[in-house]
Amino acid sequence: MKEFVLIFRNESVGEIKLSPEGMLAVSNEWMDWMGGIASQGKLVNRGARLGAEGKTVKPGNVITTGPYAEIKEVIGGLTIIRAESLEEATRMAKGCPILNVGGNVEVRDVIPMNG
Amino acid sequence: MQEKELIPHLYRAEFRKITAVLGKVFGIAHIEVAEDIVSDTFLLAAETWGLKGLPNNPTAWLYTVAKNKAKDMLKHDSIFNQKVVNEIKYSSSELHEIEIDLSGKNIQDSQLQMMFAICHPGIPAEAQIGLSLRILCGFGIEEIAVAFLSNKETINKRLFRAREKLKELNVKIEFPPEAEINKRIQNVLTTLYLLFNEGYYSATRDKVLRHDLCLEAMRLTYMLIENESTNKPFVNALLSLMCFHASRFDARTNPKGELVLYDEQDTRLWDRQLITRGEYYLNKAATGNEISKYHLEAAIAYWHTIKNNDEEKWEKILQLYNKLLIIEYSPIAALNRTYAVSKVYGKEKAIEEAEKLNLNNNHLYHTLLGDLYFTVDPHKALEHLNQSLKLSRSAADKKIITGKIRKLDLEKK
Repeated sequence: MKEFVLIFRNESVGEIKLSPEGMLAVSNEWMDWMGGIASQGKLVNRGARLGAEGKTVKPGNVITTGPYAEIKEVIGGLTIIRAESLEEATRMAKGCPILNVGGNVEVRDVIPMNG
Repeated sequence: MQEKELIPHLYRAEFRKITAVLGKVFGIAHIEVAEDIVSDTFLLAAETWGLKGLPNNPTAWLYTVAKNKAKDMLKHDSIFNQKVVNEIKYSSSELHEIEIDLSGKNIQDSQLQMMFAICHPGIPAEAQIGLSLRILCGFGIEEIAVAFLSNKETINKRLFRAREKLKELNVKIEFPPEAEINKRIQNVLTTLYLLFNEGYYSATRDKVLRHDLCLEAMRLTYMLIENESTNKPFVNALLSLMCFHASRFDARTNPKGELVLYDEQDTRLWDRQLITRGEYYLNKAATGNEISKYHLEAAIAYWHTIKNNDEEKWEKILQLYNKLLIIEYSPIAALNRTYAVSKVYGKEKAIEEAEKLNLNNNHLYHTLLGDLYFTVDPHKALEHLNQSLKLSRSAADKKIITGKIRKLDLEKK
């Protein structure tokens, strides 16, 4: 088994106002997906969701506001899973609810660091 | 109370208290001596009370005799005395300096400290449960053997090894420092939960004994709640969980002692009083900002006490299982979550999820798939139920699976 990071990206559309029911439905969708991975014993770390606030530090003391200087897509969060292969990890990513709202999931293998 | 009933009753109530106090005085290395002294005290009680009639205060009689026996042991067995005195590290080695305090407060403290000592992470779980039953609950070896579907020799050996291990690790009978309580108590809770499950799920047919095991686990958990430094939200959550489960104790077996599945239980047999207690402790658990697995399991158990089988109930249960699995994976939670998926999203979706679980060697996995395929594909259902029958070990499980197969055959006609 190897570990993989799933990186969730979506277009930056600013803050979306959802009704409480809508928010619960979205949250349940994510929890069902993640619970499905966890029920296979393959969730390593549920990871984190990222907010919209941010700055980017560049060489020469250049600091830009926001995480999205030149790209339209922003990283919305990440999760670490366990899978036999990149193919299996990719299959697991296919159920991610971000795909229903035009986002995408990048699947990357994790290189273990020693020491 | 008749004298015949009085001694077993006192044994169950007092054995553990005196043993905890003497064990604390002697040190964990000599816990067996403490057990022997208390056993001898009860033997003497049976003889003396039979001849001379009951003393005015039988409990006080037991305390006095046990205390004297302990002092005699220290006085006359000089080797034992030296060992104990050295270990106690009393500034003075004068015998009469060793006090045996059988006050309510010291009994309570000694029992709690004993609980932490027995539930030391270095002792195998099975041995912890055995020792807990013996020392914390005052169960006889015979009863422990019945509970574990084992025999006296095996249990004696297991307890012996556990005591040796406590000696070897030089486990102290004391409260862990305040800063370590949260960590050390986790192991105590795991043991109490296992003890409860031993009663709830045990294959033994002795219903009274199984009931006692559950009550003992609840009593010990309650002791932790009564004590300020161990009265944590997750301890309340555990007790709440136990109350909710125990509320179905009578409903989950029929008069023949056979298991009745949740869906087929007579809900009128659910114990309302225990459900109310469970709700009380669940509310007490809802402080602080940590959600432990006990909170989630208690919440799941709470929803199971709701009689309606509507979608909201199963949606809530599914979400709680999602959270529980994200905190900590266990095969049983994975299977139960899949069952909840079938209730919320239907059987096809649940089958799809179940087939990813990779629990081929677990008979419950095949029972679940048998249930899910039951109407969808009876041939596949039969395959899984047969597989489940092959993997299951207890007679009660086999009976349930055979019953399902029989029903399946009827429906195929």
